[in-house]
Amino acid sequence: MTEFSALTLHEAVEGLRAKKFSAVELAHATVAAAEAAQGPLNCFTSIDGGRAIEMARASDARLARGEGGALEGAPVAIKDLFAVKGVETTASSNILKGFRPEYESTVTQKLWDAGAVYFAKTAMDEFAMGSSNETAATGPVVNPWRAKGSAARLTPGGSSGGSAAALAAGISYGATGTDTGGSIRQPAAFAGLVGVKPTYGRCSRWGVVAFASSLDHPGPFAKTVKDAALLTQVMSGHDPKDSTSLAGPVPDFAAAADRPIKGLRIGIPKEYRVDGMPGEIETLWREGAEWLKAQGAEIVDISLPMTQYALPAYYIIAPAEASSNLARYDGMRFGARVEGADLTETYEKTRAAGFGKEVQRRILIGTYVLSAGYYDAYYLKALKVRRRIYEDFTAAFEKVDAILTPATPSAAFEIGSKAKADPIEMYLNDIFTVTANIAGIPAMSVPAGLDKDGLPLGLQVIAPALDEETMFAVAGALERAAGFTARAEKWW
Amino acid sequence: MPVTPDDVRRIAKLARIAEPADRIDALTGELNGILKWVELLDEVDVSDVEPMTTAVQTPLPLRNDAVTDGGVREAILKNAPKAEEGFFVVPKSVE
Repeated sequence: MTEFSALTLHEAVEGLRAKKFSAVELAHATVAAAEAAQGPLNCFTSIDGGRAIEMARASDARLARGEGGALEGAPVAIKDLFAVKGVETTASSNILKGFRPEYESTVTQKLWDAGAVYFAKTAMDEFAMGSSNETAATGPVVNPWRAKGSAARLTPGGSSGGSAAALAAGISYGATGTDTGGSIRQPAAFAGLVGVKPTYGRCSRWGVVAFASSLDHPGPFAKTVKDAALLTQVMSGHDPKDSTSLAGPVPDFAAAADRPIKGLRIGIPKEYRVDGMPGEIETLWREGAEWLKAQGAEIVDISLPMTQYALPAYYIIAPAEASSNLARYDGMRFGARVEGADLTETYEKTRAAGFGKEVQRRILIGTYVLSAGYYDAYYLKALKVRRRIYEDFTAAFEKVDAILTPATPSAAFEIGSKAKADPIEMYLNDIFTVTANIAGIPAMSVPAGLDKDGLPLGLQVIAPALDEETMFAVAGALERAAGFTARAEKWW
Repeated sequence: MPVTPDDVRRIAKLARIAEPADRIDALTGELNGILKWVELLDEVDVSDVEPMTTAVQTPLPLRNDAVTDGGVREAILKNAPKAEEGFFVVPKSVE
């Protein structure tokens, strides 16, 4: 019998096409694995075995006729930020409890059109605000990875932590996420997975619960670079329903993952170092550069002097946009409502009860920086700094084809370990990833090694806008050299 | 200029979040911490820099002014906390 949990997406799709197993068998195994893992890992907001089997039957019928899309019959887990018609979509927030959209997000529709099978929604930080999945209304998600000789519960990162945990546990063959400051790349790094944030506008935001519209990027998680490239390809494409969606054709990303990197210039930015960063990460970064050099790339030292300002700029722009986006949750047209004496009190009680602590904090910050008298000093200023950060990258990409950095300043940490710290300590998790959101350029994390505790560490590849192909080529080269095959040892 | 507990109450009012009475002092401290931290941006010279609102410069798309969707009242009302006879039911807002 095939060990389904070990299969990559490409292996699953090929196995289905070769009729080694059926989509229904694969769906049954996936749903059973999801149900068994939900108690210990808490990575799903809902599991729908009925829909999975129904979609899998349709896939089997198409496969029997010799038809079928690029993902035909492969189960893909969906972050609870994407609207799936008729399925509760909560953004892991109490304020959206019971909300069942009557429409389908463009990205998930593209997945189903390519033959992917729905089976579950994955848990996340509430409204994607967090780096550890601890702000989820449904409680923290647990990382399938554990430190050697320890049973301590680690975070899978956030905000797309449920997707990362599910895939790392071998439950799915791909998963969707959204990345506003690092919410795909950081959990991917913490869970030994590949995580992609494409160019802004590649993947439609239509039907995705909005956090910070100018920074939100849907993207995939996968076990391999090639799987990630294929998922990115399927999820991308122009959507008239999203005015920021990019026009133009989607290149063959999966083919790019095999492209040689000989002659590519890879930038190493000296600013991607922080105090307290483990030496192992620094070593792995140097090793990564050596791997690329060995495959014919030229390593170039570069400087991105605005790096340190990206995170503070983000913590003005993102809350400002969030405070505006989240104004729609007023208890009138959808979601939860708490009745008050009058309209204003109903709004206030609904929002106080429905939003968690971190979401409220960010709404308050956003409201403050947008309020009269502070708009220029904070918000406008941050947008100007944003351009300076963007210009840093533009200048760098005149000298290099892609940039290599660590994905995160640490490996996965213990759930609760930052509970008493001030919020900024948690925010610092995104220090290496947030710059690409600010600039809107593609970036991805690739698992590259294990630390002394046996926990995965990732490297990040950043490329110029619209050049995902170079990014996938470099990521593929890293993957080949790293030979990262470690998987979380099953304890759940 | 640090924010005061009164500022936090005012912001909460603006944001239509019921005053988190037991968290006002904690929130004041947290907000000041974050605002102090973002002051780092004052080091950046942004004179003559245009604010950046979008990452990939593309012209705003235009489309025909035609109805492309609609006639789905039932679907729209399906998720309403309160709906009656094809309408949202909301608290009285005009005296």
